[in-house]
Amino acid sequence: MEEQLIFNYTIPGDDFTRAGEASSSVKNKLKKMGLDSGTIRKVSIAMYEGEINMVIHADGGAITVEISPEKIRMILADTGPGIADIDKAMENGYSTAPEEVRSLGFGAGMGLPNMKKYTDYMNIDSTVGVGTTVTMDVYL
Amino acid sequence: MTIEMIKSLLHADILYGSKYLEHEVNYAFSSDMMSDVLAFATDHSALITGLCNPQVVRTAEMLDIVCIIFVRNKIPDQNILTLAEEKEIVILCTGHGMFTACGILYSNGLLGGA
Repeated sequence: MEEQLIFNYTIPGDDFTRAGEASSSVKNKLKKMGLDSGTIRKVSIAMYEGEINMVIHADGGAITVEISPEKIRMILADTGPGIADIDKAMENGYSTAPEEVRSLGFGAGMGLPNMKKYTDYMNIDSTVGVGTTVTMDVYL
Repeated sequence: MTIEMIKSLLHADILYGSKYLEHEVNYAFSSDMMSDVLAFATDHSALITGLCNPQVVRTAEMLDIVCIIFVRNKIPDQNILTLAEEKEIVILCTGHGMFTACGILYSNGLLGGA
């Protein structure tokens, strides 16, 4: 793999049933590229949690996945409400998701901690009222 | 434990995947919260859940879970079954509640994955 591959996805914010399609697409691409299952699993889970977050909290957004010989970088950008307290959001079990989201099986306060757990690098850049960009790397 | 054995122990109906009944399941994980599943479940597990929406199948897909067991007689709709077929994930349904379903499988030797 000499050159960098870039995939762009638009995440619709109004259809919870379709959330995860982008992560599924990336997982299939990584499988076809022959990456090891552990790496694929880490990327899939981290991106899926991020994708779900975008749908739940931010009315969708955009995801860019860059694959280079050294790493897989996922950049998830939304123009949602932003995260007021990032340290608090990183705590296991802390969630601002409404009850409706919990009834769908998410909003347990594990999303961001899971994204950190399954990646080698994660940065959250967020401004309240402007949006959030999460950058995650999984090293190859 | 094979999926066939799980089906038999739980008196479960199979809604998709009868061709995969001989596949082995190493562990099981039970939850209605998908983020907990994503945090703790191991691959090639069975997922036991009372949550019935397409994200259950998506979660299973990300984790390489091979079998989803819906408890409390939750019947997944066609969208869920179509997605399960696309991802080759077996769908079982049992009338047992979560606690009983887990107890039956555990007492027959299937261990927790986390």
